[in-house]
This record gives sequence, structure tokens and C-alpha cells, in this order.
Amino acid sequence: MAMNNVGRPTASVANDAAAPTTFSGARGLLQPTSLIFETGSIDRTGVDLPPVKGVQSRLGGLARQTTTGNPGLSEPEAVRHYVRLSQRNYAIDLGMFPLGSCTMKHNARLNEKMARLPGFADVHPLQPVSTVQGALGVMDQLSHWLITLTGMKAVALSPKAGAHGELCGMLAIRAALDAQGQAHRRRVLVPESAHGTNPATAVQCGFIVDEIKAAPDGRVDLSDLKTKLGDDVAGIMLTNPNTCGLFERDIREIADLIHASGGYFYCDGANFNAIAGRVRPGDLGVDAMHINLHKTFSTPHGGGGPGSGPTVLSDALAPFAPVPYVVTRADGTLDLVEHEADSDGEPFGRMVAFHGQIGMYTRALTYMLSHGADGIKQASEDAVLNANYVQACLKEHMSPAFDGVCMHEALFDDSWLEGTGVTTLDFAKAMIDEGYHPMTMYFPLVVHGAMLIEPTESESKASLDAFIASMTGLAKAAKSGDTARFTGAPYHAPVKRLDETRAARKPVLKWAPPVEATKIAAE
Amino acid sequence: MRYLPLTPSDREQMLAKVGVASIEDLFLDVPEIARLDGPIHDLPFAQGELAVERHMQRLSNGSVAAGSVPFFCGAGAYRHAVPASVDHLIQRSEFLTTYTPYQPEMAQGTVQTLFEFQSQVAGLLACDVANASMYDGSTACAEAVVMAARVTKRTKVVFSGGLHPHYRRAARTLAKHSGLEIAGLPIAINDEAAVLAAVDQNTACVVVQCPNVFGTLTDFTELAKAVQAKGALLIAVFTEAVAFGLITPPGEMGADIVAGEGQSIGNSLNFGGPYVGLFATKDKYVRQMPGRLAGETVDADGTRGFVLTLSTREQHIRRDKATSNICTNSGLCALAFTIHMTLLGDKGLKHLAQLNHEAACETADAVSSIQGVELLSDSFFNEFAVRLPGDAAKAVEAMAAHNVLGGVPYSRLRQEPGFENVLLIAATETTTAEDIARLADTLKKVI
Repeated sequence: MAMNNVGRPTASVANDAAAPTTFSGARGLLQPTSLIFETGSIDRTGVDLPPVKGVQSRLGGLARQTTTGNPGLSEPEAVRHYVRLSQRNYAIDLGMFPLGSCTMKHNARLNEKMARLPGFADVHPLQPVSTVQGALGVMDQLSHWLITLTGMKAVALSPKAGAHGELCGMLAIRAALDAQGQAHRRRVLVPESAHGTNPATAVQCGFIVDEIKAAPDGRVDLSDLKTKLGDDVAGIMLTNPNTCGLFERDIREIADLIHASGGYFYCDGANFNAIAGRVRPGDLGVDAMHINLHKTFSTPHGGGGPGSGPTVLSDALAPFAPVPYVVTRADGTLDLVEHEADSDGEPFGRMVAFHGQIGMYTRALTYMLSHGADGIKQASEDAVLNANYVQACLKEHMSPAFDGVCMHEALFDDSWLEGTGVTTLDFAKAMIDEGYHPMTMYFPLVVHGAMLIEPTESESKASLDAFIASMTGLAKAAKSGDTARFTGAPYHAPVKRLDETRAARKPVLKWAPPVEATKIAAE
Repeated sequence: MRYLPLTPSDREQMLAKVGVASIEDLFLDVPEIARLDGPIHDLPFAQGELAVERHMQRLSNGSVAAGSVPFFCGAGAYRHAVPASVDHLIQRSEFLTTYTPYQPEMAQGTVQTLFEFQSQVAGLLACDVANASMYDGSTACAEAVVMAARVTKRTKVVFSGGLHPHYRRAARTLAKHSGLEIAGLPIAINDEAAVLAAVDQNTACVVVQCPNVFGTLTDFTELAKAVQAKGALLIAVFTEAVAFGLITPPGEMGADIVAGEGQSIGNSLNFGGPYVGLFATKDKYVRQMPGRLAGETVDADGTRGFVLTLSTREQHIRRDKATSNICTNSGLCALAFTIHMTLLGDKGLKHLAQLNHEAACETADAVSSIQGVELLSDSFFNEFAVRLPGDAAKAVEAMAAHNVLGGVPYSRLRQEPGFENVLLIAATETTTAEDIARLADTLKKVI
């Protein structure tokens, strides 16, 4: 039995299978949950409002006659509902979240506190600029950090997420080509290991995608790239470090080749966390790169957004940056350029209403000020060291996809699972029982049964050692024929394995009253 | 560095295990010319919480907070009272610091709240199905336009004269490279439905807004039928979700796609973002919809559970054939929306909407009684347009000097001859009688 350092048992000896079914449906601290539509009611509310006055309405005959059907809950009921639901989530604050390519690092609470200061959170995007100098100051200072860290000319802050930043960069390339009379350049080269957003983005910008092969070492196949160049190539979309967790050693040569052929170099900055403060993408020949503030600069992922994808641009692309952007006037005050006609450059347009994700800018700026240039560099180094340590400790038990050191994520294939009857998916579900969020699986597509582990710099050595021990235990169990541990997993999550096929075949996408109840009501 | 747990001795041990002498050995693939010899110049070094907080507080003090003065700005972003429990609940670690629910067995909290969110949005807008949210209203509008082109396989897009200019620009940016032709109608304050003449056999969709950017309310029921009879889709846009507690929702008017901004429920102004785009449509178009969808299913024991579904539409599966490149929603803002909506319920929402309308009626009466000020919106919810005798932007600047944030000049959104004097004024449940009196007094002084 496992004991802690004062000799108390750390795990229950009770056999789960022998545990009685409870009358309440709870399992100890895990409370039962229901939908608000099952517990709330249409005439209940958790908000007290002053009485209406009965003013003559001016709705032009458009008064709503129907109910929204949305139930209300009193405040105590609502709080309990959401707290219970929250307890069915895993989170970085609970444990390691080694989801490769997603950079799940610690979210400092100071960043939350700063984002809520009234000078940022309680200002309207269209107040006179003289009344929003503080909020513009955040945008200006964040821009300075991003431009300096990347060695680029300009930054477009407004993209709302990473994929939106990709769109921004590719639209800038499109605008630059059009301005040069090179509109016929429609082909964009994308490595087969790329994130799915890259080809999807290129198509949204009216480009045609041409895939480049990966070399056996997991990097771009330079000879394949050379055969794909031509005077119809608009550019390349390359992730660096790439999705296999490797730095593209030939990146300067790739940049030179693309530039010599008349195209531009878009870099997917999803993996900037490996090199921030150590390498400036501008020194690598990059023309445009989005930065996921929610990855590298730790703005919280929030269960899937909001993200923020500022896009840095080279000298060549800077004039085409979208509106709005911040400028400093002669008197030192800050101003916004919001109309294309007011710009000195040739903006390709506007991507969003208003000015972007200010709430994310304040968090990212707080992160930057806290870490400083030295701390950002140290964070990148620790992220890379942690990944290499995990790879070094697990390589005897699992099969690394490529030889040699990695950057900030360690990639394994599933060849070590061959003949065990356990798939990458099964293995991932067993990690849930071990108390870990699984790594990214089946991505990148160039590696069979891929398992992409990104520990980030937020993990201590003790935390990594515990993770490694758990992964080693699982690996041994898989090889020793303990298949049920995997195929039946998860056993210890709030629900058993969910049937995703059924969800897609007969989609139920909103609540509806149970059929029987509806029938009875009708009768 | 308070956020980095590794100690120097940890690092040494770990480097030894990896089998390299120093951290530099892990960066040897970086071309020599791009290797920096130390921390990047021109940036400060690490600072403690106190110093960082002082820096940010000083910046914050440089803005005039909306809550500190009489405040009447709208035009797509609205200041409402958000219950304290909303901000508390969205800061629960398990919601704040988790990822997209790709492993649903350990993310039931997130997926169930998204399912509830979708249900509430569908009910609010009276549509068959809503997705798990978009970046914001303007990008939801842009995605609706390209979706309509996919559905109809047509290439012309018609924008009404009352569509929010930022929405029009954002949609144009996305649409123009998909080979779509844009027909923007002249600005019209009260003629939102006058778009039918621009519809031809190549028109994919007509984009209209209610309440429109001038606050005007329009019944699209007949327009929807006429547009659909010509084989095009009607896209109904909105920027103030609270309105549908009081006015006829777009689904009831027959809109094919509804796209708009959900900020005004649960979310603060945040200088324009992050917000939460709402997106809903008819059942028959669900497989052409962009964005994430949560759906109900069962687990291996037959217990109800929730998962992300219909992901074969999405980029991580379909790559260059995806319906959109979007790979995130606006999760935490959607959570704030759904919590606030749950607290309100149908009853609270209707009450809230009524208070908004009454505040706007009282403001409109006070402002339009000033000599030279003309009320332009025939009907409205919580926002209306007036014509001032002079330049609206200058009047707003002058009011700001008197500590009144008196609205948004239309020219801030779009520079168009003839509209320089148009001012958009919004009021909500946060507007007091004293605020209204201050606005009227100040406006009288500055025009």
C-alpha cells in the first residue's frame, strides 16, 4: 500500500466494484448534476430588479409574444449548479495538462486581477480616445513587447484567436502580392505535418494548398520543397518549432528559397513558447507570424476560448496591416487609426468590430512584465528541458517518433503498443484514471498513433517524476497484457467512455422536453 | 521567478539525464546567426507582483471608466449590470484553466454548460439550433455570409443600409477572397427591409439587422419569404441580445441564419473584447454551420453525457475542405453568458429588457426636447439615433470634457457625407434619472 511521509495510507484499499450504489446518485464528494431545464422554472429568477414604470412602449408593433423557454434559478441554486459542474472538469490548477501543441501552462491570478481594473474592463470601445488612454497604453506596450521579442516591424493586434491570426497573416500576403501585380500567385505550400488550421486558412484566403512531404527526420523535405517552387507560389506556411516538436534546422534556407522565388514566409507561431526570448523569428526570415497569447503568454484557455492571435509582420508586409491600430501623436498621446482611408499604409481591411481582445492583452502584458526578458528566456529553456527530460525518461518504455533532442514537446508513435491490443486512444483514456489529462493524440498526422506530450515550464521536477512513474506503469501494464485497464478506461472519471459516434449520428444539440411528458401534456 | 518551479540543481540533474552538458545543447538546431547571447535588449527584467500591479494600475488610471460618469455609448457594445456570482463562477479553476473539451470524460462541466448555452441561445433567438459560440458578433456575421454562399452555391451578398459598419467591413474582408461579390446598400436609418430589389438569381444572402445600428426595429417576416422565394437566405444580425426579452426574435420572422453579439449578457465592456458571438440556424443547415457544437450522448454504462460533435465539419479533420478555419469558440465568455441567462431566466430577461426600453424612452424624450435635436429612429429598443445641429463627434468630445460619455457619433463607425451630425445614444438598466438629466443639460450646452 502506498504511504505518505508520515506513514498514512495515500490510497483507499476498498475495491471499487464492491462499492454500493448510493441512493442519492452522488459518489461521496462527486455530487449528482442535472440540466437547468430540469431543475429551473420559467417563473423563477436569481436577479432582483427595480419595478418597471409602465412607460408607453415604442417597439413599432414588434413586442415579443412568445417565451424564450429558458428557465431561471435562484442564486444559491445557480451557484451550486455551476460549482457541481465545474467539479466534473480537469484543469491545470488540478494537475499536469501535457496537451501537446496547446501549451497548458500556469495561469497567474495577478493577470486576472489586472484585467479587471476599471480602466480596461469598464471602458467602451467607442469612447472618445482622450478617455481611453490607459487602454490604448496597454495595446501600445503589448505591441512593443511583441515586436521586440520577435524582431519584426509591426503587429496587428486585432485577430481573435490563433486561426484568426493565420487569416490575418495570409490576407496581408495576399494584399502584398496583389499590390505587386502578382495576383496570379495562388499556390501555398503547407507541410503535411501542419495544423489543420493552416490549409483551412489558406483556402479561406482564396489560395490553393500544395502539400510538402516530411523528411524521415520529421522536418520539411527540402528536396520536395524545391520541386514545388515556382512563379505561382504565394508563400509557405510553416510551423516552427514544428508540430513534431523539432526545430526546422534549414529554416533560413527555406526562407531564402521562398523569397528568391517571389513568395512570402508565414510562420505558425503556436510553438513560440519553446523559443520566446531566445530566438527572434525576424532573424529567421519570417514575414508574418501569429502569436497565441493564450499559449505562450498564458492567458487562460477558459475551456475553449477566448483566445487572442496578434500577428507580427515584416517590413514587407507591415503596410498591409488591418485597421485598427494604435499610433502615437506628436503631443505624446495615443490615437487609433480606425478607418482605412486614415491610414498611411494600404490596410487589407478590418477583421473584427472594435479593436480586438483587450482583456487578453492586459493578461499577456501582466505576464510579460512579471517574467521580464530574463524570465521569458528562462521559461522557454525550462519548457524545452522539461520536454527533453520526459522524453529521456520514457524512451525505454515507449517509442520516440524521432531520434535526438526535442524542443518543448516530446513526440512518441504507437509502434511500442503493437500487438498489445491497446490503441493510443485507449492509452489516453487510462491516463484519465491516473489523474492526468491525456497528451495530444493522433496529431501530427505524419506519425502513426501519435502521442504529443508538452509538459511546459510550469511543472516541477517532482511533478514530472510522478508523471513519468505513472506513464511507465501504464506502459508496462499495456505490454504485460493488462488490456482491460485500457479498453474499459476511464473507470474513475465522472462518466465512463462516451459514445461519440452516437452523438454524431443522431445529433441532439439542445434540450427538449422528454417525449412522454410532451405527449401527456398534449392529451 | 515565482512562476518557474525548477531549481538550479533540478536543472543540472535533468540535463544529466538527458545526456547534454548545458541548455545550449538543446538549441543547437537553431541557426547560429539567430542564436541570441542573452536576454533580449530593450525590455525590462522580471518584477514582483507589487511592481507589476503598480504599473498596470497607473495605466488603468489613464482611462475614464464608464461606471464613473453618466454613460450612453452603445453601437454594438452595451453596459449592463452583471451579478457578482457570474464573475466568481467563471473564475473557478476548473472552468478558467481548462482546455477545449477534447477529452469529454474529464470535461463534462464544460461540455454540459455549452449544451445548456446552445439551448438558451436557440430559445432566445427562436431558432432550431445554435452553436457553442463564435469569436464575436462581427466574425459570426462574416461566417454566416460564407456559410450562405456554401448552402446556396451562389456568390452575391447584399448588405442592408442599417448593418453595423464594422460588421459590414469584417464580413467583406472574409468574403471577398472566397470569390463573393458584395453589394452594400446606401445607409438607411428606417428602411432596413428595402433590400429586395437588390436580390437576383445569383444572390446567396441578404444581411439585415434588428435592432439595426441606428436602433430601428424592423419586421422581416415578409422580406424573409420574398428572399427565400428567390432562392437566397436571410441572415439576421443583432448586436444587443437583451433586446429579445422584449422584441420579436429573428427566428420567428423566418431568418435562415441568425448571427450576433452576446456580450451584453454576462460580459463587461472590455474595450471591445473578448466578446461572444451567437450563431443559430435551421436544422436543415446544421452540417454547413461553422464552429463547435456540443451534443448529448451516453457513456459505456448508458448514463447521459455530453461531447463535442459533428466535428467532421471542422479544420482538424477536414483541413482544406473544412467549413471554416475556426478552432476555438469564446468558451469563458459563453460561460458568463449562460450563467447570467440562468440567473435571469425568461422572467428576469423580460423584466430586464423592459427596464432597458423604459430608460431609452426617457432618454429619447429628454434629448429630443432640446431645440435643434431631431429623433431619427421610428421605433427602438434601448438605443436610438438623433441628428444634432452640428458635428456629432465634436459634441461628444465636448461632453467628455464635462465628464459625460454622451454616445457614439456615427462617423466613428463610418465616414459618410450627410451623417456627420448623427449621434447614437444607448441607455440600459444602469442609467439613472440623474444621468439622463446630466446628458440633456450637457448636450444643450455643447451644441
